Amino acid sequence: MLKTDKTFYVDGLSIADGKAPSGPIESRWGRRESEVRLVSPANKRRLTVIVVGTGLAGSSAAATLAELGYRVVSFCYQDSPRRAHSIAAQGGINAAKNYRNDGDSVWRLCHDTVKGGDFRSRESNVYRLAEISSRIIDHCVAQGVPFAREYGGLLDTRSFGGAQVSRTFYARGQTGQQLLLGAYQAMAKQIGAGKVRQYPRTEMLDLIVVDGRARGVVTRDLVTGEVITYLADAVVLATGGYGNVFHLSTNAKGCNATAIWRAHRRGALFANPCYTQIHPTCIPVSNDHQCKLTLMSESLRNDGRVWVPTRARDPRSPDRIPEGERDYFLERTYPRFGNLVPRDIASRAVKRVCDSGRGVGPGGRGVYLDFADALDRLGRASIQAKYGNLFQMYQRITGDDPCCVPMRIYPAVHYTMGGLWVDYDLHSTIPGLFVIGEANFSDHGANRLGASALMQGLADGYFVLPNTIGDYLADAPFEEVDLDHPAVTATESEVRGRIAALLAVDGDRTVEEFHRELGQLMWDHCGMERTDRGLRSALARIPALREEYWQRVKVPSGGRRFNQELEKAGRVADFLELAELMCVDALHRTESCGSHFRTESQTDDGEARRDDTNFGYVAAWEYAGVGRPPVLHREELGFSYFEPTQRSYQ
Amino acid sequence: MAVTGAVLLVFVVTHMLANLKIFVGATALDGYGRWLHSLAEPALGHDGFVWIARVVLLLCVALHITAAVQLTRRAHRARPFRYRHRRPVLGGYAARTMRWGGVVIALFVVYHVLDMTVGVLNPNGIAGQDYRDITASFGRWYAAAFTMIAVLALGPHIRHGLCGALRSLGVPIGRGRRVVDAVAIGVAVTVTAGFLSVPLAVLTGMVR
Amino acid sequence: MRFTLRIWRQRDRDDTGAMVSYPVDHVSPDMSFLEMLDVLNEELVRRGEEPVAFDHDCREGICGACGMMINGMAHGPQRATTACQLSMRHFADGDTITVEPWRARPFGVIKDLVVDRSAFDRIIASGGYVSVPAGSAPDAHALPVSTSSAEASFEAAVCIGCGACVAACPNGSAMLFTAAKATHLGLLPQGQPERYVRAAEMVRTHDELGFGGCTSMGECTAVCPKSIPLDVISRLNRDLLHGQP
Repeated sequence: MLKTDKTFYVDGLSIADGKAPSGPIESRWGRRESEVRLVSPANKRRLTVIVVGTGLAGSSAAATLAELGYRVVSFCYQDSPRRAHSIAAQGGINAAKNYRNDGDSVWRLCHDTVKGGDFRSRESNVYRLAEISSRIIDHCVAQGVPFAREYGGLLDTRSFGGAQVSRTFYARGQTGQQLLLGAYQAMAKQIGAGKVRQYPRTEMLDLIVVDGRARGVVTRDLVTGEVITYLADAVVLATGGYGNVFHLSTNAKGCNATAIWRAHRRGALFANPCYTQIHPTCIPVSNDHQCKLTLMSESLRNDGRVWVPTRARDPRSPDRIPEGERDYFLERTYPRFGNLVPRDIASRAVKRVCDSGRGVGPGGRGVYLDFADALDRLGRASIQAKYGNLFQMYQRITGDDPCCVPMRIYPAVHYTMGGLWVDYDLHSTIPGLFVIGEANFSDHGANRLGASALMQGLADGYFVLPNTIGDYLADAPFEEVDLDHPAVTATESEVRGRIAALLAVDGDRTVEEFHRELGQLMWDHCGMERTDRGLRSALARIPALREEYWQRVKVPSGGRRFNQELEKAGRVADFLELAELMCVDALHRTESCGSHFRTESQTDDGEARRDDTNFGYVAAWEYAGVGRPPVLHREELGFSYFEPTQRSYQ
Repeated sequence: MAVTGAVLLVFVVTHMLANLKIFVGATALDGYGRWLHSLAEPALGHDGFVWIARVVLLLCVALHITAAVQLTRRAHRARPFRYRHRRPVLGGYAARTMRWGGVVIALFVVYHVLDMTVGVLNPNGIAGQDYRDITASFGRWYAAAFTMIAVLALGPHIRHGLCGALRSLGVPIGRGRRVVDAVAIGVAVTVTAGFLSVPLAVLTGMVR
Repeated sequence: MRFTLRIWRQRDRDDTGAMVSYPVDHVSPDMSFLEMLDVLNEELVRRGEEPVAFDHDCREGICGACGMMINGMAHGPQRATTACQLSMRHFADGDTITVEPWRARPFGVIKDLVVDRSAFDRIIASGGYVSVPAGSAPDAHALPVSTSSAEASFEAAVCIGCGACVAACPNGSAMLFTAAKATHLGLLPQGQPERYVRAAEMVRTHDELGFGGCTSMGECTAVCPKSIPLDVISRLNRDLLHGQP
């Protein structure tokens, strides 16, 4: 085991989840729910809550808070709240309904999630998530989400990676879209009723903290370019993940870390930034100007078989390769889960066979996902009904029909488990700042299971936050704050200064060039496999790149108008700071766990080797200034119900 | 639009069938005319039914045109800027010609009423002599041509109108789309052919 | 591949705007239409010119942000495909391609190819939902739904709200969008209590916002990237008639 090098960071005091409930795990959430202080309906009407982001978590939270009687102000950078990137989630949403009678239970869902996360999540949180999962399905069905049905009219389910039961509810390959539209419509009703004020094309650029409490946000109206401040009694961030640090990812082009990064700079701790999920089944990169990778749902692994030729650099087309010369490497290595191993394991296995020269397609960066067997077994019609839209999407992009030619897939950055640190109430370390959905570090530990992101976003937004936020707001009214408050004007002028600084550089390199370079650096050194050397070289390069950025970036002039390059420039500037923290976190965690794979820490057969004694904690980082070593606060993870074991899917 | 269109369609079909009596002979056609004028005479008096029908049809025409004008004006308001490059509309000839076709039909109806009903534009123009009126009118090539143009405009108008009316009245066509399309085309072709046959017959001398 | 792009350029809402031609070179046939615009924009930024503004986000055909008239067709020549998934292999080398923003009075041009589609959100806010506060739902299996209803509902529910239907409609009508939502909810048992009010309110808002009326031209469904059938409009009309006293 390597010794942890401390020059990159400073040790701070350990922290604890102050709201963490004790007692039997089954009753913890129930107890917390009945213990949180209540806010009377008359007071709720006087309290304003800002919700930033309108994905599953943000829309559901805004709708539910408004239903409860709070005044809600919602923001999104898109032109409509319905476009938030949750819309692109394909596969499904997990719930411990046990409608299949296959032995599923809250306990088992919790177990699979804790294990899938490689024992780096809080068991109380995960149990709560599993408990609530069932109510999410009930609620979404009542909203009119058109889930897939069986002929009897009851809900259909399918299996996902990391599970041996069928607990994933789905709406063809568009589950995220349908769930988001449900939440969006619930919010739209409240907008129509005047209870939610919604500002599209508005980006949060900073957090206003007055006397230690989060009291508002500074935004930029993306159409007029005006910098506008909104004040409130509490702020909820639901701004998603930061996968776009890698430039190429399955995230939408606009996804960014600015809201959480600005909050981090104002004092919110950032937990486990290095936990980034690489999804195994994405369409491989095809050209240099590609700006985005497209995911092919994990559900495809239900019926598709992953293989490569046994011979390296085999030039034959897939139909010419006889069965005996194909290596179904997932089925071979993991006979118990086969093609349905968790994402981190599948991704690494794919990378490994490609590194050994057996990859297929341009540059050898791809493996086959073959539906021939399933087509024989179930027939074309049945496969089309299940995956039709995914096949179409694949064909549209690559020109190949997966019914005739096996799909080619390769891993891509997809989701970030890390995020702002929150306690059991989803409260960050800044009083009054709550963080929900992918933006918090939440419940997935070091690796998220498929179909759990939708579950978590909606659990946070519909059921957890609307309850727990009351405990904080029960202390209201807080001190009167108006737009002339010194803390407000100071933050506003910082935001204006930053915009002016970006415009003033007027250099010779585009934002996109810097983003591409940063992305490549991160993919090479902080991607699927991380090494001490690689991370150190990234840590040497990133500050230099950041410095160059502020000297050479070229942004077309005009802060006071619609300026998409300026939007991008601000986001990339923040990625350049966050990337460094990700590398620091990855470097300090010399163990491998879940998605975080340190080459130095692996078992004899190449699986991740955890080090529970030294790293059984959440790493929560405190900001110390640009380029200054961040301060590490450890939150020890205790497991009383799910004994950490070496994860095995073999 | 759909309801007035339906009433007008019923009239048009009846009118077309009645026209075909011209091939039976003058007595049959004129007799039919007399019968029509005397319909429900005991209750409504002579011409009573005809006048009621005229009022209803006129009302339908007025409402049909008003609705069309409103829709057109809304469409212009909804797209004040035009595209520089616009591919022709896919919806087909029938859908594209609803408005101009409608104008042609409306102009024809005015002429046709003055010609055949009022008689002021008819070379014969004697009430009760429907057969002679028709042969006299279509004996002039330009009158026959105008009629045929209007009838050719009417075909697609009926075809698209029928589908549109079903949609407006809330009938999801779904998988029956081909059947509905075929029926609409059938009705349109029948009506067109029926109406065309009369001026053609007069022009070619089959009916004189 | 190389192309000549004729693009609508308009500085802001008040600018009159004009078509401007740009050559683009080194386009790979694997690129999407928007990636080609990215290439052009990077070049424009380098030259110190104003890049072409266009809405986009997910780049996988589901968010509905992108949308533009490409050679006079909403989302371009490929059926059931959004601009972000339209690959350049569908164009011939050397083509001149005309690119314009959606045109409809309720969709004001904000800049270049970016239009304001907030009218769609207003239509939804006026009734496009099922009223069910969080926590009040019965068990999901309390109401079975036949596969045929679920399928038909789903077919309408896939609408991405991109606005192509409005852009293509010769009447500037948003009926396909409005009807898709009303049908999605109206075909499910959960949507029944508000069904007729929903249809009436959404259409009232649609008309107030200045969209044109539907004359069954069928352009909308022909360009719809999700191939939403025209029948949703029949269903909406039925609900409207039913709801009338």
